[in-house]
Amino acid sequence: MSKYKVNLKINNIPVSVDEGTSILEAARTLNFTIPTLCHHDDLCVAGNCRVCVVEQKGNRVLPAACATPVSEGMEIMTNSLKVRQARKHVVELLLSEHNADCTKCFKNGSCELQDMSNDYRIGDHVFLDLVKDRERVKDISSPSIEKDDSKCIRCQRCVRTCADLQAVSALAVTHKGNEMKISTFLDKPMNDVVCTNCGQCINRCPTAALTERNYIDEVFDAIYDPKKFVVVQTAPATRVAIGEEFGMKPGTRVTGKMVTALRRLGFDKVLDTDFTADLTIMEEGTELLTRLKEALVEGKEVALPMLTSCSPGWIKFQEHLYPEFLDNLSTCKSPQQMFGPLAKTYYAEKVNKNPADMVVVSIMPCTAKKFEAERPEMRGSGYKDVDYVLTTRELGMMIHQAGIDFQKLEDERYDNILGESTGAAVIFGTTGGVMEAALRTAYEIVTGKEVPFTNLNIKPVRGMEGIKEASVKIKDVKPEWSFLEGVELNVAIAHGLANAKVVMDKIKDGSANYHFVEVMGCPSGCIGGGGQPMPTNMEIRKQRAAGIYEEDEGLTIRKSHENPEVQEIYQSFLHEPLGHRSHDLLHTHYVPRKRH
Amino acid sequence: MTRIEEFVKEQAEKHGRDRNSLMPILQAVVQSERFLSEEAMVAVATELDLSTADVFGTATFYTFMDTFPRGKNIIRICKTITCHMKGKDAIVDTLEDMLKIKLGQTTTDGKFSLLQANCLGWCHKGPVMLINDEVYPEITPEKAVEVVSKYLKKG
Ligand code: SF4
Ligand code: SF4
Ligand code: SF4
Ligand code: FES
Repeated sequence: MSKYKVNLKINNIPVSVDEGTSILEAARTLNFTIPTLCHHDDLCVAGNCRVCVVEQKGNRVLPAACATPVSEGMEIMTNSLKVRQARKHVVELLLSEHNADCTKCFKNGSCELQDMSNDYRIGDHVFLDLVKDRERVKDISSPSIEKDDSKCIRCQRCVRTCADLQAVSALAVTHKGNEMKISTFLDKPMNDVVCTNCGQCINRCPTAALTERNYIDEVFDAIYDPKKFVVVQTAPATRVAIGEEFGMKPGTRVTGKMVTALRRLGFDKVLDTDFTADLTIMEEGTELLTRLKEALVEGKEVALPMLTSCSPGWIKFQEHLYPEFLDNLSTCKSPQQMFGPLAKTYYAEKVNKNPADMVVVSIMPCTAKKFEAERPEMRGSGYKDVDYVLTTRELGMMIHQAGIDFQKLEDERYDNILGESTGAAVIFGTTGGVMEAALRTAYEIVTGKEVPFTNLNIKPVRGMEGIKEASVKIKDVKPEWSFLEGVELNVAIAHGLANAKVVMDKIKDGSANYHFVEVMGCPSGCIGGGGQPMPTNMEIRKQRAAGIYEEDEGLTIRKSHENPEVQEIYQSFLHEPLGHRSHDLLHTHYVPRKRH
Repeated sequence: MTRIEEFVKEQAEKHGRDRNSLMPILQAVVQSERFLSEEAMVAVATELDLSTADVFGTATFYTFMDTFPRGKNIIRICKTITCHMKGKDAIVDTLEDMLKIKLGQTTTDGKFSLLQANCLGWCHKGPVMLINDEVYPEITPEKAVEVVSKYLKKG
């Protein structure tokens, strides 16, 4: 930021802000909220919706507050008569082209456009009703994303998200004039284009034009079916975010309340994806060490760097855009998909249930997990391993529907087995977490000692920079790992697919020399997932990340290999990481997809 | 490499591979192929490392960049206000009758497509009709039939 200060007045109150600040940001410092639609804190300026117009003394036109930088001596009115009139007209015009059937809309009660028309009490039809897409059927081709053009106000937040944050550009502005819309290549259905199902566009869409496919009714049906044994698993990032659906602060840790709520909703067993996150570390850590051994000792051609594989949006991104690097992806399934087959084999046997009668539901911060569960590879148990995937938001809706007063719930504990986890698993929820968890375990396997960081906190891999790089020198190894003595393990961490693309291009052109790379498809990792509560911005994601690290520090066991249930499952069922059973149930393969 | 891929590659060599080259490359493809096929748009996106949706979005912004095949002769009637006021609707009606197609359609024999265009810059001599690259200003329904008949004879 520039050090020059600019002095101006907003609603007659003097304020001094950095040069380059927008009127919108300057007004915020004085606690004036200017309404916005196309503006989003995570995205570049668009300035196309005009709801943020303000009056500037001496200026005949009303500048857009989001797109206009402050200047010396400026006098701004954010709520003059002229402004109110203009703003109201803008909203009325938007609504004249909007299929405003709020009472039947998925976003009813959580919609920015609705809030705005609510604030301004838009009552009458001032302008002609020009909704032309009302009859158009929604695109529900994708198992993750629904697209309803009749709800679109063309603010282009989705387009900027998909291009700038995700480097995918599955969505673009197409056609022109009154035909202009947000569409895909050749207007193809969403399941037939490069879309990674990450849901980042959903997180930023101010209306119901982009939403997740919801499976709430299907899950309630299963719960009320007496023949079904319904188990639920919860991803790490859900426990620091679900509270937001009930007015709690982002990052509030509500693990125990969430468990209680799930039990009250009627799930037969409440289990934890964190357990399989620990298992992922065992499998993936061993896979990394095996690859290193093959490369360094046996001189084999091994695909390095190894890339993490827990983020299904990232997987699909690779399949479309870097198919030549599919061998670099770890073969480990994501924790969600490790949980499914174990629930329907190992666990079913333990609790004496027929897997055919079991329904596995997951609560995920993610929309891509819905797609992942549908992949034909994900039937290791002989059944569909994970039956339904709900987002954190959908769980919030279920709890609301069931009339459960979430804030007042007591804390309860996960059922066992498949309910025990460690701090290493919890941190999977934020960028850098998988790397940190893997290092905690791999370093100890190789050296017999804990990672050389205070209190196990590997600070260099934490934080919100888009790409983090770190090196860990491996010293005093155990004899069987002598080939790693003195090796500098180079790792990188990227979150958000645009950052992942930068890392991949470096790997591709040979300018990076990594051994292991963690990629999470969503900005900030799963805590910023496409299925998390809205709104989202960097501040909110930082608070959720802080919640994750607190949860980690609060647990007695913080290393995956020390999880007693993990030790037990290797003893009695899996026998060893990368073993026969693991291969059948916990590992997978990837398919190259077309580039468009 | 297919013929189109080859062609797009040549164009990319010629115009460069940054985003600014998108328009000249698309124009070259339209010039040579008369429209932008799926294959051509994929090839352009791949060469320029853009998304196909981006390429499609750009193409659909421009009236003269068709994204599906058109007839051998493309008739365009200016739809902007001046031509509208000078009676372009009568021209459209007449040609629809004559060719037995609606606006936006192509005759079954593939000889004609009937389209509208944004301002062609002939407001002073509207209404204006464009057939392929040929301009017909101050057109009347009668003249339109006459001109189109000529193209019909040519085949
Ligand atoms: S998108 Fe918002 S404003 Fe539109 S119908 Fe739905 S709730 Fe109402
Ligand atoms: S789909 Fe949503 S985010 Fe995208 S332009 Fe429409 S309203 Fe805006
Ligand atoms: S889900 Fe992700 S990849 Fe798909 S359109 Fe939205 S932002 Fe783009
Ligand atoms: S929010 Fe400023 S123009 Fe849309």
